[in-house]
Amino acid sequence: MEVTQILFWFLSVLAVGAAIGVVLSKSPIYSVLWLIVVFFSISGHYILMNAQFLAIVNIIVYAGAIMVLFLFVIMLMNLNADAEPAKNKYLKFAGVIAGMCLMIVLVAALAESSDIKVSLARGSDVGLIKNLGRSLFTTYVIPFEISSILFLSAMVGAVVIGKKDEQKQVNP
Amino acid sequence: MEIKWYIFLSAALFCIGIIGALTRRNAIIVFMCIELMLNSVNLLLVAFSKMHMSGIAAKAPALATDAQLFVFFIMVVAAAEVSVGLAIIVMMYRNTHSVDINFLNRLKN
Repeated sequence: MEVTQILFWFLSVLAVGAAIGVVLSKSPIYSVLWLIVVFFSISGHYILMNAQFLAIVNIIVYAGAIMVLFLFVIMLMNLNADAEPAKNKYLKFAGVIAGMCLMIVLVAALAESSDIKVSLARGSDVGLIKNLGRSLFTTYVIPFEISSILFLSAMVGAVVIGKKDEQKQVNP
Repeated sequence: MEIKWYIFLSAALFCIGIIGALTRRNAIIVFMCIELMLNSVNLLLVAFSKMHMSGIAAKAPALATDAQLFVFFIMVVAAAEVSVGLAIIVMMYRNTHSVDINFLNRLKN
């Protein structure tokens, strides 16, 4: 077994185990911490596939920014572990069965494909920052600029939604 | 590494995300499961971008970067989505003092 294969299996087991931890843990804080483990293992997969730019962006954006936002909101709301009331046991069971059925269908359908045994190309330099940056600022410069407008509108939307309703307090 | 292991790993992560979104009632954990599903799709896109690399990259080098830039834009949209979604959850907590998604039943009337 090569080193890359050992690393692949280690990162895969880590990702799936941490994802199960996200779903099963009672407290939302532990869920966030498990989700950070998932994101780091997915970044490890990106590095194994030689997509270094996406690995760094994944760590900065997801593990750095989004998860801090989640932790901030959870601590702001001061949620207790037993705040979540127990859901109907049959509904929970049905959800698990539905997810398992989807997994079985996906695996069974894709395992029949003829391209399933293609190996990933190694050592290509497409994922490097130089090539992606050149493509991003020439071919994809318009979507890039549009995404800045998207961010601006998301920021304005978050501020407007999160603001306290002053009219409601003045005349209830 | 063969492509099938990446497909199976992404399918497993996606299904765990779906199970979480279906079974949990805490709105924040449902939201995190949606992030998990987005990330599994990102992983599969990057794996597919490496799949036929030797053939495509020789003919058109610019084509081979498409999938990875697509993943980049998915991350951009996800960041915007999280900021608005968390604002909505904070608003919901302020009105109902709970993050139970069943309280959203009230939106019906």
